[in-house]
Amino acid sequence: MTRTMKGIAFAIAEAIDQEMTERSDIVVLGEDVTYWGAVFGFTMGLHQKYGRDRVIDTPITEQTFFGMACGAASVGMHPVVSLMFVDFLGAGFDQMYNHIAKNHYMSGGQFAMPVTILTAIGGGYGDAAQHSQVLYGLFAHVPGFKVVVPATAYDAKGLTISALRDPNPVVIFGHKLLTGLPFLPFEGQEEEVPEERYTVEFGKAAIRREGSDLTMIAAGLMVHRCLRAADELARDGISAEVIDLRTLVPLDSETLVASARKTGRVLIVDEDYRSYGMTGEVAFHVQAGALDALKTPIRRLAVPDVPIPFSEPLERTVIPSVEQIVAEARALLAAGARA
Amino acid sequence: MWKPEPSLADLRYTVEKAGLTPETLLTAYRQMCLIRSFEETIADRYYIGKTPQFNMAAGPIRGEMHLAVGQEAVAVGLGMHLRDADVVVSTHRPHHHALAKGVPADKLAAEIFGKVTGLCRGKGGHMHLFDAEHRFSCSGIVGASFPQAAGAAFAFRHRGEPYVAVAFAGEGAANHGTLAETLNAAVLWMLPLVIVIEDNMYADSTPKWQALAQPHQFQRALGFNVPTYLVDGMDLIDVWRAAKEAIERARAGYGPSFIEAVCYRYRGHFEGDAEEYRTREEVERWRQLDPIPRLGECLKRLGWADDATLERLRREAEEEVARAIAFAEQSPLPDPQEALVGVFR
Repeated sequence: MTRTMKGIAFAIAEAIDQEMTERSDIVVLGEDVTYWGAVFGFTMGLHQKYGRDRVIDTPITEQTFFGMACGAASVGMHPVVSLMFVDFLGAGFDQMYNHIAKNHYMSGGQFAMPVTILTAIGGGYGDAAQHSQVLYGLFAHVPGFKVVVPATAYDAKGLTISALRDPNPVVIFGHKLLTGLPFLPFEGQEEEVPEERYTVEFGKAAIRREGSDLTMIAAGLMVHRCLRAADELARDGISAEVIDLRTLVPLDSETLVASARKTGRVLIVDEDYRSYGMTGEVAFHVQAGALDALKTPIRRLAVPDVPIPFSEPLERTVIPSVEQIVAEARALLAAGARA
Repeated sequence: MWKPEPSLADLRYTVEKAGLTPETLLTAYRQMCLIRSFEETIADRYYIGKTPQFNMAAGPIRGEMHLAVGQEAVAVGLGMHLRDADVVVSTHRPHHHALAKGVPADKLAAEIFGKVTGLCRGKGGHMHLFDAEHRFSCSGIVGASFPQAAGAAFAFRHRGEPYVAVAFAGEGAANHGTLAETLNAAVLWMLPLVIVIEDNMYADSTPKWQALAQPHQFQRALGFNVPTYLVDGMDLIDVWRAAKEAIERARAGYGPSFIEAVCYRYRGHFEGDAEEYRTREEVERWRQLDPIPRLGECLKRLGWADDATLERLRREAEEEVARAIAFAEQSPLPDPQEALVGVFR
């Protein structure tokens, strides 16, 4: 049975609910995870159903509740921890990157770290420099985190269930403009989502639109903006393929390389900062597997290494828009084919 | 922490009141000898290849080395009350806590030597020791132990298990925000947690008086309404009594406790430390309070041991350490390819 669902927030909450019903090892920890559903809805409805023993509002102490998640995981619990905005990682990152991400390796495989971290990312609604970042590149850079970026409600549910069944730390980055909550703009689409439980495998990118002239690679919100850009390009007879990475770690370089070999032109679009991040990493994989098939150098569009500014025209300048993606795609196609 | 030695009558009264038996105190004595011998033997091997020129990367034991000679009574006084299923989260100075928790000395030594037979197959090293079987872990990041132990305590309370988690940290680590955060959460949720501050007077090279706004860390705990003990960390009996109360309280569901054990490390913060920050006289003064002879003296005064018994226990401990070190030295190094596996399960 399926039903129409708007946005990823309810899909993530439903996935947690369906796993929590079956399992006693899952507890939900974080700031405002009860009444406010972790603010962006990822835990909505859980506290009404499971009570405060399993869905726990913590004091505002990221270092401590992430440390507690580490300690609880080391004795067999599966904590689901909310890092409300990813921008707040600085307040608790030591316990994440130095402990949760490393303890399995450092212990020679003795201690599993089944911790699922939920966090909200992205800008575009005027929340400025400390509440609009994406930052998944930081997590992806450190060994030990699986990095999940759902773009659709279907994926959000299936990827969350995969995360809850994974014995490793998984961070789920839910874009605020894809949550489907009434107080934010919504740039996703309403979709049919199965009521029953299912998983979406990590490390399998999705081809959201097939094309032959260029490949656009993105994650999260940027997948939707690329799809809109592809619609616009299609009016001029340009056929763009759009790939949704779904997970940055593990990365499905096979699908990326195959698409790059088919189209010969690659544009990588990212809402994280431009330098030393996802775009560079993906570009490396693409050139390593498809250099001989590339007709032009790879191009990228990302936040141009400035903090996210507040004022609307400033914010629009730095976060990749449909118009900017279209312009980059045209520039890519205009670049002469290599001899 | 100098305090008058009790009269024999008072000592008898204290011991009886606490429920201490000869077996318990003799076991404690042997354990403390084991730790002392372990630490001193590690120090001995550590300097192989590091003299006359001190090079941290040279010799059979690489990297930094933080030893706990002088702090044995704190670890043993706590550890004797713990079960295998209880959790201990320790620090960058972890060997005494590990041994007191029951972590086998041979696997511990092998890990310190980076051998494949070590606790973590050589991937952790001296500051990152893990033993799932004995529920022991530690971290090289100062202040990290408090919330991790609280998380284990949370799991025990959540599942209705009669287990306790202990966080060890130094008085310097207790300046970290995680202490206040964890105390708040532990009291709020009545977690079966015991926080033990080993106040050895120095955070690295920084004396306590330069880093604390008040004389003792326990004063901070009082603000959270946590049952709190200030004990002589050089006196096994003092530590044992406080630990017994704190752990029994936690096990019975009455929530967290805080123990500040005033103690002293006889060696530097790390091996190779020039110790410009303290005088030789100060170290000698604290040597007068050495917890091992002090406990030996108590045992003799109580008539529970004579010199021969103490000597036998000491020799047994040294032999166990010698076997552990030999195991470590003779074990093979890991296959280099093992470095590339094990990030994910």
